[in-house]
Formats: sequence, C-alpha cells, structure tokens
Amino acid sequence: MQTLMALVVGSLYASGLYLMMRRSIVKLIIGLALLSHATNLLIFVMGGLTRGRPPVIPEAAERMTGTFADPLPQALILTAIVIGFGVLAFAVVLIRRTHQMVGTDDLDELQTTDSM
Amino acid sequence: MNPFLILPIAVPFLTAIVALLAWKARRLQRMVSLLGAVGLLGAALGLFVTVHRDGIQAAQMGGWPPPFGITLAVDLFGAIMVVATGLIGLAVAAYSLATIDPQRESFGYYSLIHILLMGVCGSFMTGDIFNLYVWFEVMLIASFVLMELGGRKAQLEGAIKYVTLNLVSSALFLTAVAILYGLVGTLNMADLARQLPTAEKAPVTAVAIFFFLAFGIKAAIFPLFFWLPASYHTPPPAVSAIFAGLLTKVGVYAMIRVFTLLFVHDPSFTHQLILATAAFTMVTGVLGAVSQNNFRRILSFHIVSQIGYMIMGLGLFTPLALAGSIFYIFHHIIVKTNLFLISGIAHRLQGTYELKKLGGLYALYPGLGILFLIPALSLAGVPPLSGFWGKLLLIKAGLEIESYAVVAIALLVGLLTLYSMTKIWNEAFWKPRPGNGGETEQPAGPMSALEWIWLLAPVISLAILTLAIGLVTEPFFVLAKKAAEQLLNPAEYIRAVMG
Repeated sequence: MQTLMALVVGSLYASGLYLMMRRSIVKLIIGLALLSHATNLLIFVMGGLTRGRPPVIPEAAERMTGTFADPLPQALILTAIVIGFGVLAFAVVLIRRTHQMVGTDDLDELQTTDSM
Repeated sequence: MNPFLILPIAVPFLTAIVALLAWKARRLQRMVSLLGAVGLLGAALGLFVTVHRDGIQAAQMGGWPPPFGITLAVDLFGAIMVVATGLIGLAVAAYSLATIDPQRESFGYYSLIHILLMGVCGSFMTGDIFNLYVWFEVMLIASFVLMELGGRKAQLEGAIKYVTLNLVSSALFLTAVAILYGLVGTLNMADLARQLPTAEKAPVTAVAIFFFLAFGIKAAIFPLFFWLPASYHTPPPAVSAIFAGLLTKVGVYAMIRVFTLLFVHDPSFTHQLILATAAFTMVTGVLGAVSQNNFRRILSFHIVSQIGYMIMGLGLFTPLALAGSIFYIFHHIIVKTNLFLISGIAHRLQGTYELKKLGGLYALYPGLGILFLIPALSLAGVPPLSGFWGKLLLIKAGLEIESYAVVAIALLVGLLTLYSMTKIWNEAFWKPRPGNGGETEQPAGPMSALEWIWLLAPVISLAILTLAIGLVTEPFFVLAKKAAEQLLNPAEYIRAVMG
C-alpha cells in the first residue's frame, strides 16, 4: 500500500510540475491544483497508513496503545485543503481577468513587466 | 499569559474587520486604518519591552500543553521583527492616505493591508512550523489581492508570476513539513529542536534543503528571485513599499529560524550552501539593477542583492555574523521601504517612474533630494549611515573566520550599489527635466498641504530613524548581538516553550 501511495504521490507531483511548465495559462492552474493535491496526499501518507485502528481510546483504557491511525495529518490536510481551495479560486479569477485584459492564454507573451 | 503575545496579531485583525464593516465610509476606513497602525506599533513595542526585560515569551493556544497545541513563542529576534513590522505598517498606512485612489479604498485596500500585517506578525511570533505555513498563506493571499487590486495590465501580468512562484514555494514548504512530521512526529519547533539530533542525518538534510528552497523562493535568493523584479514595480507605491520592506524579510526570518533552531546538524554542508547562495544572490541582484532604467525596477533588483547580505550572516554562522544579519535586516526594512516611498513621491510629482523622463527634482525640491540621499547612501553602505555598520559587522565576521571570497564580493557589491544609487540621483534629481514631459501617465497636478504631510511624514520619520541607527549604533548593535546569542543557544528557547 505504501509503495502504491508513493507512486501516486510521485506521479501527481510530476504531472503538476509538467503542466506548470507548459505555456498555456489554464494548464498552469491545473498544475497548481495537482501540486497541492500531491502535497495533501503526502501529508496523509507520512502519518503512516494503519487499517481498522481508529484513534479512539477504549473505555477501559487510559491511553492508546500499540499502532493506531494518526489523526493529526488529517487535521493538517483539512487546513491545507481549505487554504488550497481558496487560493485556487483566487487564481482562477486571476487568469480570467488576465485573459480578458491581455487577450492571450500564452504565458510566453506575458513579458511586458520583464522588459527593461 | 502575557497580553502582548496576542496583541500584534489581534490589533491588525480587528482593524481589518472594522475597516471591512465600514467599507462604504471611506473617511472612517482611513481613520480606522491609521489608528490600527498606531495600535500595532504600540503593541509591538510593548511586546519588545516585555521580551527584552523578561526573556523569551511563550504561550499555548487553547490551553493544550506543549507540544500538542499551537505555540506562540517570541524571542528577541522575533520581537525586533515585529517592531519593524509595526514601524513599516504605520509609515505605509499614513502614506496610503495620500496615494491610494478612492476605487481601491472602496474595494477593501485598508483591510487587506492590515490582514497582511497580521500575517507578517503571526509568522514572526509562531512557534509551530505548520502554523508558520498558515501565517504565510494569510500573508500571501492578502498580498495577492493587493498586487492586482486595480487590475491594470502590468499588475495582472506581474501578479501571475508572483502568485505562481509563491504557490510553488508554499507547496514545497508543505512537502517539507510533511516529511519532517513523518521523520520526527512533531511540528512544534522547540520539540523538533529537541528531537531532531536523534534522527537520522541524511533525510534531515534532505528536508532542510526543501525548507531552504521554499523559503528561498519567498526571500528571493539566487536563482529563485526572478518573480520579484517582474512584479514589485507594478502595484501602487504604497503597496510596493510594504512588499519591499516586509515580505521577502519574512522568508529570510523563516530561513534564519529553521537553520539556527532545527537544522544545525551539518553546517559544513547546509550553511556553506547558504553562504555560496548568498554570494551569488548579491552579485546577480546588483548586476541586474545596473541594466535597469526604471526607478522601482532598480530598487527591486537591489532587494535581491541585499537579501544576499542577510543570508550571508546566516551562512557564516558565528554570533557576530548573525548579529550582523539581524542588524542588516532591521536597517534594510526601514531603508528600502523609504526608497520605495520616495519613488512614489517622484511619480506623484512628474507622473513617471522612467529615469529617462524624470529629472530636475533636486532643483525643484531640494529637501526631497536630501531625503532620497539618506536612505540611498545608507543602502550603499556609506558611513556613518546605518547600512555601513551592517556591512561592517558582516565583513568583520567574515574576516574572523577567513571567508575572504565572500567578503570581497560583499565589498564589491557595496560599490556597485553606490553606482546604481548615483544613477538614480543623476537621472531623477540632478539632470534638468527633459522637454517631452507630456508623455507621462498622469498630469502632475498641484498637491494640497495635507497631501504633502501624509507623503512626507513617513519618509522623514524613516530617514530620521536611518540616521539614528547610523549615529547611535551601540544600543542597536547590543540588541542584535543579544538576539543572535539567543538564536545560537536554542536551549533557552526550548525551555521557554516546553516548560
């Protein structure tokens, strides 16, 4: 399972970065979205994958013993998803406005602020 | 718990909310913004006094014992940075009153500025690495909107680059946090500092490089700086000034924090890498500036080269060098903001940032010329101004551990900085105004006395502060040294947080 997840996370990173390096502004946004999904999934995997052991303390016990699913990464991911969602919504509006203003979706043509 | 630990975050937050509620009443918004900025500076000074008197302050949010809850922890370095944020916040809030147009004001400009200040203060005060990510995002989203508010073509183009690179940096940061959590199982910085020495070295170094890249993009180091000169000259001058003063410095702060508290296991690799990057950053920034002909683009490239000096101190990694870095950061925040504010005044007077079209400012406004020279010469490191002492400390620290190459580069870059500043002086202030003044963006109408006050009061105050740091250096140096010693002895930080 860990190996599979490693491959999934790796390919998400790879496709995100690949899309960001394309010239189309829409692919840039999709690339950003994939990159943030890859990171979220990575956080989830880094907490360790445990099946069928929810982090609930049994009534008789004082504390959790043995291996159990780590709840913290899920709290972190929740925060990261919310932030990522907001930022992505902003980015979509930004490219729409830019497209209206500049009249192109080619990133290579957005050079006026780089020229001397 | 000490109330000053919360106030630098709570005051800008409340100010932003009140300004947002009063979005129809622009006059009220302006007053609220100015009052909020004064309040933030007061809170920052209160925090600084407390930390200076009682040592490192820490608080656990929600009463969760460390390392489970979110920790706020402020040492002297953090407190100095919060004070700098308060100063710049107030300067820019006052300057905005005269330069921001009614449309931007109606669309929540003042709220955004205060949200930005809240994010910056939060980043300086948090003791939890994931919480640092959250504050970075708060700061970033406010800066994204400020960058493109107004929607001019250049702003949108600049914003695309700025937003993309910063989001990549955030993704890298979060990746690093995830791997770090997988390695050590905690995200509290003090707890991390306790547990990292027992972790395996190689993966920790890999994580350290992830952090270096993530903060490096935000701090605009070589070769990750190109988003900065492509975007910082596009928004209104008040926004440029606050970005130039504070945002990259948050990246530098975070880098210094993690590379003094967490990743000190292999300085011969990590800190040498930082030192080499510092040298490249200084040189590329200053050479980039030489080829520019736009007031604000020259200044933007100089931010990059100055970042090199700040992380040079971290790369040298001695108490004196870190003190030099801290001194340099404080000096640079004040000087660079001031230069951007002055570029805005030049733009207001002659309607352009192009050096070819500017001219004759000294003949018309000799006082403004002097006000430009103070931060400009300070940036280049002319004695007895503040930049000279910052460079002196770093160079002395470099000589002490015999890093002659980086010292030579630092000196050369100082000289080239002087070249750029004299270029601005010659073109904008000294040469007669070129005849084709009609091509400028806006007619330079006469300014009311009130407008002059709002424009000049922040500039003059920051110039006086620059002079004060230069002429009365001792207390500032002692503070920087004390802050550097705290950074190099993490035991005190860990004790303050973990109890």
